[in-house]
Amino acid sequence: MPREPMIELKGLRKSFGDQVLYDGLDLQVFPGETLVIMGGSGSGKSTLLRILMGHLPYDEGSVLIHSHELQDFSRRELNAWRLIVGVLFQTGALFNSMSLRENLALPVREHTDLPEELIQIMIKIYLQLVGLRESIDRMPSELSGGMKKRGGLARALMMQPRMLFYDEPTAGLDPVSSAQIAQLILDLKKKMDVTSIVITHDMKAAFEVADRMALLAGKRFHLIGTPEEFRTSKDPLVRQFVDGLLEGPLSPQSDQQAYEADLLHRDTD
Amino acid sequence: MKAGRNLRKAPMRQTIELIGEFGILLRDSVAAIGPSLFRGRGSRLSWRNLWLQMNRIGIDSLPIVILVMASIGAILAMQMAPELAKFGMVPVTAEVVALATFREMGPLVSAVVLTGFGGSAIAAEIGTMVVGEEIEALEAHAIDPVRFLVVPRLLACIVMMVCLTVVGDLAAIAGGMLIGGMFLHLNPVQFYEHAVKLLTVGDFVTGLIKAAVFGLEISIIACFLGLKVRGGAQGVGINTSRTVVMTIVALIITDLFFTTIFFYLGV
Repeated sequence: MPREPMIELKGLRKSFGDQVLYDGLDLQVFPGETLVIMGGSGSGKSTLLRILMGHLPYDEGSVLIHSHELQDFSRRELNAWRLIVGVLFQTGALFNSMSLRENLALPVREHTDLPEELIQIMIKIYLQLVGLRESIDRMPSELSGGMKKRGGLARALMMQPRMLFYDEPTAGLDPVSSAQIAQLILDLKKKMDVTSIVITHDMKAAFEVADRMALLAGKRFHLIGTPEEFRTSKDPLVRQFVDGLLEGPLSPQSDQQAYEADLLHRDTD
Repeated sequence: MKAGRNLRKAPMRQTIELIGEFGILLRDSVAAIGPSLFRGRGSRLSWRNLWLQMNRIGIDSLPIVILVMASIGAILAMQMAPELAKFGMVPVTAEVVALATFREMGPLVSAVVLTGFGGSAIAAEIGTMVVGEEIEALEAHAIDPVRFLVVPRLLACIVMMVCLTVVGDLAAIAGGMLIGGMFLHLNPVQFYEHAVKLLTVGDFVTGLIKAAVFGLEISIIACFLGLKVRGGAQGVGINTSRTVVMTIVALIITDLFFTTIFFYLGV
């Protein structure tokens, strides 16, 4: 029996003014898998997460959550969807006016009537999981970039999500912190059996955590496949992205004539 | 030609859109007050947050409001006394100070101080949260930013504006009293008796109604411009100063509106 996808994109189109970001995105995300979405800067990876969270509307096509159109969700349904998804933002997005403890307590206090003692125990468990238990009463301004991301991840886990979205989880981190985050993603999959979507262009981390990978280029998914398929692909675009080559289809084709005209203030028309 | 016409249309369209968005935030915020006070989890008001905002907005503004209003009471007394002395009506100075303060200066000056203290702080804080993805993080946790951020600030501004106005009114009377005692041969008891002679409950209540509306105005403009911040630290700075300017303009226009209505109603 074929597996039912948790999330399915069909012919998704999104534009900002005249600029078309995607035109015909198709993708399926299955329960329990870790899907890594890769793409160059500005290809719309983070925007895709915002669409999946219901923060941004899309122009055409479908985003199906358990076969239900996301854009038709009522406010209540959208909130229910957001409660089963945990999001790790690029910067961690911890609330700066609250300590780490208060950050983690907030969603639980807002959405449950759990006793305060239990909330405090949960906070310690999740902070231990991300290695931040000693920093429980620190303010976000007292944490490093990697600690903020781990704190954001602990907060995302407090509502025990069935899905996790990671937006550039290793960006701007040193190799050790990147490895810690990648290991956390693997541990969480193993311990909590969550479905994950990881947005990244960190190839090392991507190959470490992915069950499947998708490369966003040219307004569509250029290739969706297993890490092995990406490793062995002969496609020039895939090779350039995965191997980080200077020359290839992803390199900007510089217009020498326009450049000269710009330097000399000449009209190109 | 067509492009030129479109360019001319753009600012008008932007303004209309902005007014529409402001109206929606105002509607959503007012509509969220009831449920946040009486409903259960997922939509309840954070009392701790409300208390924090009342402290930050109101208590911090209190010394400045007292200082400014006491000075205004003293200034009014010194300005009016020489003119009234020409008609042998120096004691009426107290009545003028009391009327001008309770009906006009108390709410307006307290609101201007609160705009500088609370309004700018609210816009900067919410703007910084927008830049730091904190608003998106709230939404990602199914927490409505209007209920969680706007409603406590709105209630805090309304409550503290009314409180500050009462304190400011009393401070102005005290300022006038000081001048009366020092230069006008009016002892505090005489000053007080003259001050309350003409005052009615209506004067006091109209001042408080104005104060409450000013509080709503300050908070909603600050929250709106905070939520509209784009473009990092520069955007925060621009919208913070815009908050102060736009709020003061809005306060004076609202004051004119209220005074006209009360004038026609004879209140």
